[in-house]
Amino acid sequence: MPNTVTTPRAGSRKSSGIRRGETAAGWLFTAPVILILGLFLFVPVLMAIWVSVSDWQGRGSPLSGEVGFVGLDNYAAVTSGGGLAERNFGLSLRNNAWYVALVVPLQTALSLFLAVLVNRAILRGRGFFRTAFYFPSVTSSVAITILWLFLFSTTGVVNSFLGWFGISGPNWFNDPSQIFHNALATIGITGAPEALTGGGPLGVSWYEWLGGPSVAMFAFMLMAIFTTSGTFMLLFIAALQNVGAELGEAGVMDGASGWQRFWHITLPQLRPTLFTVLTLGLIGCWQVFEQIYTGTQGGPAKTTLTPAYLSYQSAFVGQEWGEGSAIAFILFLIIIAFTVLQRWVLRERPVSKRRARQYEIRETAR
Amino acid sequence: MSEVIPAQAKVRQVDPARPARRRRPWASRRAIGQPLLYAMLVSLAIVYIFPFLVQLATSVKTDAEAADSALSLVPQTFTFAAYEALFGRSDYPIWFANSAIVTVCVTLGRVFFASLAGYALARLDFRGRGVIFALVVGVMAVPAVVLLIPKFLVLNQIGMYDSYAGMILPLLVDAAGVFIMKNFFESIPVSVEEQARIDGAGTFRVFWSIVLPMARPALITIVILSFQGSWNELSHFIVSTQSPELTTLTKGVASLASGQLSQGTQYPLKLAAAAIMTIPVAVLFFIFQKRIMNNTEGAVKG
Repeated sequence: MPNTVTTPRAGSRKSSGIRRGETAAGWLFTAPVILILGLFLFVPVLMAIWVSVSDWQGRGSPLSGEVGFVGLDNYAAVTSGGGLAERNFGLSLRNNAWYVALVVPLQTALSLFLAVLVNRAILRGRGFFRTAFYFPSVTSSVAITILWLFLFSTTGVVNSFLGWFGISGPNWFNDPSQIFHNALATIGITGAPEALTGGGPLGVSWYEWLGGPSVAMFAFMLMAIFTTSGTFMLLFIAALQNVGAELGEAGVMDGASGWQRFWHITLPQLRPTLFTVLTLGLIGCWQVFEQIYTGTQGGPAKTTLTPAYLSYQSAFVGQEWGEGSAIAFILFLIIIAFTVLQRWVLRERPVSKRRARQYEIRETAR
Repeated sequence: MSEVIPAQAKVRQVDPARPARRRRPWASRRAIGQPLLYAMLVSLAIVYIFPFLVQLATSVKTDAEAADSALSLVPQTFTFAAYEALFGRSDYPIWFANSAIVTVCVTLGRVFFASLAGYALARLDFRGRGVIFALVVGVMAVPAVVLLIPKFLVLNQIGMYDSYAGMILPLLVDAAGVFIMKNFFESIPVSVEEQARIDGAGTFRVFWSIVLPMARPALITIVILSFQGSWNELSHFIVSTQSPELTTLTKGVASLASGQLSQGTQYPLKLAAAAIMTIPVAVLFFIFQKRIMNNTEGAVKG
């Protein structure tokens, strides 16, 4: 943190002269932020931790004497209970994991592609294209979901369009079939192999885990890509403008093709932005809630259920406050784990010996 | 190799024709032909814009036509029935008013609190500053969805559930705003304030009359972000209210979507509701377009 204040740090100086009274003023100035963050973020998290290990049923105060401590029972119920709670949680994880696995790479690749396209200095109508790609990002997820429900309805725009090519589109938001199962069905493989129908983790069979997102979830995935690519495009444009031209010019002189220059010169320089986009994408994709609330409420056949929505539903609809809070905290841990993992995978590494040798060989060959 | 050599030769020929600084040959030289590039950009732009055109067109169609010819952008029977129904025979005006009230209060509050705290964190040297800064950073890391149940619990406990206070207060502070203001204040030369301090102005006076007016660009950024954020906010209102008279646009329109207030599909009605909801943020977007585009860029650079 750059410290632009030129005076020495607090404690090592006398409170005198023109900077007197700054401690009081500092606390006073930050008091509203501290109070509000404390009251509506810090205290709530503590309360929710308590609820997640209690048997509170939503009546009265969770802090009253009648509420009992149940240890990790709520966590156990959603992860190993063997009941509906466990299967719901398993399904929500299955759905969201596919959502993350497909949306994060696709939105990153698309936004980078858009950024590279519109970043050309000689491009006419740059402003127009940027605006067009960014606009979906400023509208609310409720408005976009409504629009999506219409676009992907049975007689909607997407199916009318597919109709031009003689394809009769699915009833998107009512179709619980999983897309990989459907893909297999087109080559004549229907039904599950014996080995996969047995029990999988969290009460969901391996066949269900591996079948990919449902058609309904797929429509939501397209929506996520549509609404986030613009924001991430801006991040990439900013980074591209900071990329120095000299290296690229050197690449041209060395006879690198456009693709080689992008892959070996531009992309490594975009690494910090790539990291930001992937992290924001991961965090966002594990929090799918508003679209589900507005659109399908987890249906059809629970294939658009996500942990975030399940957490809300368990608590506010099912009055299972403990389970809802437990799901929320597990989700929190998942998000942290993925962010850490990603940070580790994309960490700055010294050039490996094998890599270094490659460069040496090239050097001598030339 | 045979492919690379002519490309190289071509660049060398082109180079003297233009000033080298104006373009980046390695980035703008086309791996694909120019017409293909534009064809790709135009078709992508159509994909991004078309849904919104469909939305507007469908909102002035009849129900039957919306279902029959979804693709057409020109309604055969032009009707404002959906808009009349929304404003004449539903709670839509109440939702709109609530959204407006909350958005204005949240935006004003955020601008004021974020600049106060940002100034203190950037400029005032006081004990505990590091701790406060760490707290703000830490809070940014907590995903909003995890806080749904917790927020309800606290609002309920302190008797703010289902009130304007409960809708507005928790949104008044956002860590990102404090960050933006802190970064901005750090970029202003210290000498500006020292002059005023020597003249005997107090801390708040210096902040209010000297520094804040200089921070207009950053303040506008926060206004845009807060407006957009609170106008589009849904999850917080789901867990902080239940009364129909406190329903905001997002919550109300979401209930329309699941068909609670309408019979049948009624796509024109729903799309009109969504379209009106988009207008304020769209207007804001087009007024401050340049700034909005640069915000994101600045956020990354900083």
